[in-house]
Amino acid sequence: MDAAQLPGVEVVSRAPALDVDLAREVAGGVVDPEIPVLTVADLGILRDVSWEEGRVKVTITPTYSGCPAMRQIEEDLESALVAAGFAEVQVVTVHHPAWSSGWITAEGREKLADFGIAPPLPDGEVLCPRCRASEPQLVSRFGSTACKALMVCSSCGEPFDHFKEY
Amino acid sequence: MGIWHLDMSAELVGTGSPVMDLVAHADDNLVLAQILGAWISNAPELEEDIALGNIALDHLGVARALYTRAGEIEGKGRTEDDYAMRRTEREFLNLLLVEQPNGDFAHTMVRSLFFDAYQVELWDGLSRTDDETVTGIAGRAAKEAGYHLRHSSAWVVRLGDGTEESHHRSQDAVDGLWRYTGELFEGPGRVSRDQWLGTIQNVLDAGGLRVAEDPFQRSGGRKGFHSEHLGPLLAEMQWMQRSYPGLRW
Repeated sequence: MDAAQLPGVEVVSRAPALDVDLAREVAGGVVDPEIPVLTVADLGILRDVSWEEGRVKVTITPTYSGCPAMRQIEEDLESALVAAGFAEVQVVTVHHPAWSSGWITAEGREKLADFGIAPPLPDGEVLCPRCRASEPQLVSRFGSTACKALMVCSSCGEPFDHFKEY
Repeated sequence: MGIWHLDMSAELVGTGSPVMDLVAHADDNLVLAQILGAWISNAPELEEDIALGNIALDHLGVARALYTRAGEIEGKGRTEDDYAMRRTEREFLNLLLVEQPNGDFAHTMVRSLFFDAYQVELWDGLSRTDDETVTGIAGRAAKEAGYHLRHSSAWVVRLGDGTEESHHRSQDAVDGLWRYTGELFEGPGRVSRDQWLGTIQNVLDAGGLRVAEDPFQRSGGRKGFHSEHLGPLLAEMQWMQRSYPGLRW
């Protein structure tokens, strides 16, 4: 008998066990718990999604050494993929090459600015997310999370977070 | 009982193998993270609470990654927690510098200055090793160490060049901690004392401070011989695992 005519085929074929593209989409859509407008794909920490030995293998690279969100991100990746129908998920952390803020996508930078966080720019410039003026004053090199510094706009006076260039 | 006492005589505890060298660097970062954490809610201003908490987190993250890598190389199934929570004082290989008490804020900043300047060079060297994982961890940590150094340098200059009291306390910290700096250059890792001294000299000059005159140096941390301060620190840090071995969150 042709396998396509076996009873229960709809159930089997609906299980996306081998759909790596879907897995990539689901994994890429998981958001950073500290900056929920950014996905792991925007942040550039999602390195690879592959199918290995019967399970989805997700490879990520940590941002900052001490980023306390990494554990949460691993768990969120796992639960998102399980919810999407992938029974076995393995999240692997790879340290090489080291992540840099240059890996944040252009879309990610825009989302950060819209959210009120000045994104890291390639030329090291910091623009006020409210009025776009440059050269803000540094209030503290250390902000609300390990990846941010605290600034205040010299033009409009807005205090804001700056995602550090690293 | 510590993990290495089970399969290794105490005389063999020390740096000189890939596993032990990684553990030694991890120990520096873990101990400093623990000791810096004590400032949280006690720092002179809110921004410093946040800064020191963030810096401690960076150190903790580096320690965790290095312990994990050491465990992979050692190949005995040991995790980051085994190294951090199940070794005795005699098995810790951290520098004596990082276990010295926080003291006043000047002591904490001078201790960080000495260590940050060392780590900038250390990570730079380790980011060019053959082990890709170590290269990645070191590449990340190098940038963070540079950031930490800017922070500690700025404070030492401000305190040294501040009031008579802050100047006096800063010089006292430099004089008191200087004896633990010789150990930074004994390895593992290639760190040039000349380059380190150049960095320190610039900061001290800018703050109107001077290098300590007393040539006396202490070392032994890399062989597991520690000052009296490490034991109580580990007792507090490891208390939960010692009381309830194998406990997990």
